Amino acid sequence: MAVKPLLSVPREVKAGVPFEVRILIQHPMETGFRRDAVGGVIARDIIHTFECSVEGEEVFAARLEPAIAANPYLAFSARLERSGTMLLRWVDDHGVEAQERVDIRVV
Amino acid sequence: MRRRSFVVMAGAAAMLPMGARAKPEEVEALVRAITGGAPARPGRVKLDVPELVENGNTVGLTVSLGEDVPKDAVLTDIHVFADGNPRPGVVHFRFGKLAGVPKVATRVRLATSQTVTAVAVFADGSCWTDQVAVLVTWSACLD
Repeated sequence: MAVKPLLSVPREVKAGVPFEVRILIQHPMETGFRRDAVGGVIARDIIHTFECSVEGEEVFAARLEPAIAANPYLAFSARLERSGTMLLRWVDDHGVEAQERVDIRVV
Repeated sequence: MRRRSFVVMAGAAAMLPMGARAKPEEVEALVRAITGGAPARPGRVKLDVPELVENGNTVGLTVSLGEDVPKDAVLTDIHVFADGNPRPGVVHFRFGKLAGVPKVATRVRLATSQTVTAVAVFADGSCWTDQVAVLVTWSACLD
């Protein structure tokens, strides 16, 4: 999880006007259904939980299954009335947790 | 057996399906678990996924709400199911207090030609659904 995700969030937004958040996380999203060359099952390793909040208030959350393509991409929308720090957080099957913070100013 | 042909066959064997596929009934059961027994009504939610997919490994999928949604209706969840994947669940989105436009885009895997179902749940408990039959020419290597 050392690789930074591609993240698109505006730093300045208008109060009450929806804006788009886009994120592309580098992750193999190994399904757990595949077998290797000698027939052994390749263990599942997916990002199963993704959450986005601002100052503790939920914006959006997703529970992902193996049917989400490798390097998961999510585009969703948020609407703020007050400035704050957006927290984006996700966890994979190895328990690896990663997060990004973005300060958003409402003008 | 020549070495090269063995390698090719071993590779093909590694990609053979394990036979496990979700069934339409499984998706129906999952939808009923969300709606509390009633069938979800068609409408309000819009599922955008191409009807013809060349590569099932990464398929763009967008869920949004239609114009038939009353202004005071509050969307809380959208579930996506695929009845031909090894597991029927695809993704579950939850919309919080700070959610903006009720629209989410992602990329999914489709193991074979199948029906994709979206179920939207509103704060009043009503459930609405949209379905798209997708023809996949090159399946995702799910198995």
